[in-house]
Amino acid sequence: MLRFTATRLVRAAITIVMVVTFAFVVLRLSGDPAQIIMGADAPPEAVDAFRTAWGLDEPLWVQYISYFGAIFSGDLGRSMRDGREAIVLVLERIPATLALTVPALVIKLALGIPAGILAALYRNSALDRAVMMFAVAGFTIPSFVLGLLLVLLFAVQLGWLPSGGQESWRHAILPVITLGIGGAAALARFTRSAMLEVLGQPYIRTASAKGVAWRRVVANHALPNAAIPTVTIIGFMFGSLIAGAVVVESVFSWPGVGRLLVTAVANRDLAVVQCILLLVAMTMITANLVVDLLYGVLDPRLRGGARKAEA
Amino acid sequence: MTAPLVSLRDLHVSFDGQPALRGIDLDLARGEALGLVGESGCGKSVTWLAALGLLPGKARVTGSVKLDGQELLGAPPATLERVRGGRVAMIFQDPASSLNPVHRVGTQIMEALALHRGITGAAARAEARRLLDLVGIPDAARRIDAYPHEFSGGQNQRAMIAMALAGDPEMLVADEPTTALDVTIQAQILELLRALRRERNMALVLISHDLGVVADSCERVAVMYAGRIVEEAPVERLFDGPAHPYAQGLLGALPPLDGARRRLSAIPGGVPEPWAMPKGCAFAPRCPARMGACEAEMPSDVPVGPAHRAACLRVAPARMTAMQHA
Repeated sequence: MLRFTATRLVRAAITIVMVVTFAFVVLRLSGDPAQIIMGADAPPEAVDAFRTAWGLDEPLWVQYISYFGAIFSGDLGRSMRDGREAIVLVLERIPATLALTVPALVIKLALGIPAGILAALYRNSALDRAVMMFAVAGFTIPSFVLGLLLVLLFAVQLGWLPSGGQESWRHAILPVITLGIGGAAALARFTRSAMLEVLGQPYIRTASAKGVAWRRVVANHALPNAAIPTVTIIGFMFGSLIAGAVVVESVFSWPGVGRLLVTAVANRDLAVVQCILLLVAMTMITANLVVDLLYGVLDPRLRGGARKAEA
Repeated sequence: MTAPLVSLRDLHVSFDGQPALRGIDLDLARGEALGLVGESGCGKSVTWLAALGLLPGKARVTGSVKLDGQELLGAPPATLERVRGGRVAMIFQDPASSLNPVHRVGTQIMEALALHRGITGAAARAEARRLLDLVGIPDAARRIDAYPHEFSGGQNQRAMIAMALAGDPEMLVADEPTTALDVTIQAQILELLRALRRERNMALVLISHDLGVVADSCERVAVMYAGRIVEEAPVERLFDGPAHPYAQGLLGALPPLDGARRRLSAIPGGVPEPWAMPKGCAFAPRCPARMGACEAEMPSDVPVGPAHRAACLRVAPARMTAMQHA
């Protein structure tokens, strides 16, 4: 178990380094932050001064090394726009994002899992077809399209809800629904196929053959097995709590981490973008780590030190 | 003869309109061991899954299945749940995947004990341990907490048998119980089944495609072909003088243990597909003794001797001639 966790942690660290390196290189190769921040009309001396001030005139590898040195001493850099610490800028946006993604996650789980289970149990019934139709629709419509459709209907046509902003809880309803539906659809499809796979297994027939009532067969024999693959996608959903709302935040002008990321990328505000990506990579990796550990809890076959019989 | 324990009458099963069973009539006495043989797909397993209501919902089942005179087809779920595992237990071909991988072996046995004998807690644990011991799991006290993947194939089948015994059933349906196991383990499992049956006076249906397995463990054999029973006889009678050409073909494909070596004969052709079932005898297209009449209509059961019947037109005239000479 210790060895398992240790290898996972090393791998996680390598992944984070790769994500940060990639972000670092791509951001610096895709445009000159000095030119963008200072504006096209800025005098060349001012742009040069900006470059020197932020160390952008150094060779790329020197910048890279000093950047990593700073990370390890806990310094994630400052925003080139207003000089504030990048980490502070990001952290103050997180509550707004969580205010969307946490209720959306609840919707995903509360809607997606039962819908998938029911669709599998009543396979090929009208219920199954209805669930799958909604699931395919919810799964394929991009969130910005769905968001705009909801705005058209509930904000523009019916006038029931605001179309954007963050003034009250009512402003959160449409973005939360937009986020929730897509995830619920994906989860319903995934849960359904996991359940169908399990329901076809010989041990389900064994349970029925020994006289277990169907409800109990489902609850006690099918669900614990179907949970194993489903945990992967749920883990992914937890991992995207921080950065899973980039598009939706932009559509609904919601001042969360996602919108900060979009503006920071547009402005080539290097420290802020890198700080967000680092955070996203870390939440994703943490979620994956938890999923791996959960596998061990849910599936005895994956626990270490299994005693295998010889005869 | 006393009333049979189980009685199947005119049992038909079809999947999506394709026939899988085409009229099964079969009786099983208390404590009797019956072998059910035939090629894969001939309906051996379907017969008993249908009898216990274990087929998927798309299966259409008609006819009658009586246990001690009680009709099981169309019986309410609560009735079936008491029968399954309680009066009729079943074990399957692939023991490794027939046990639930996320539950401990002991827990799965204790579930059956709670359902059919109302034993729970420490008493259930003690009984599960006794059952594992009985079926020959070494160190049962410790292995009761193992998961199926920690058992070998043979041990899993023993655990399945322990689970089947938990409800103290009057009858055990063993569906190819040794097919997935090594030959040496096969012999052990069959010996275990024989011993348990003797001790408990439990009826046994042994489903197998292996005539040798059936010959050793059963008193009576039914040979199935394409969803019907084509011949039924006491084991010795069938091996001495099979009446149906299909049964003759099956025996001809076995190597003789003594006497001169001979070339093993194979039955030419293959089993007809359910959607292309011949109008007459399903075996006619492969039959060496085929007559014109065989293709016209399905032959009905004809008595060949005491407790011996076969569904073949060739049998009937032969018998008629014999009776005329008598």
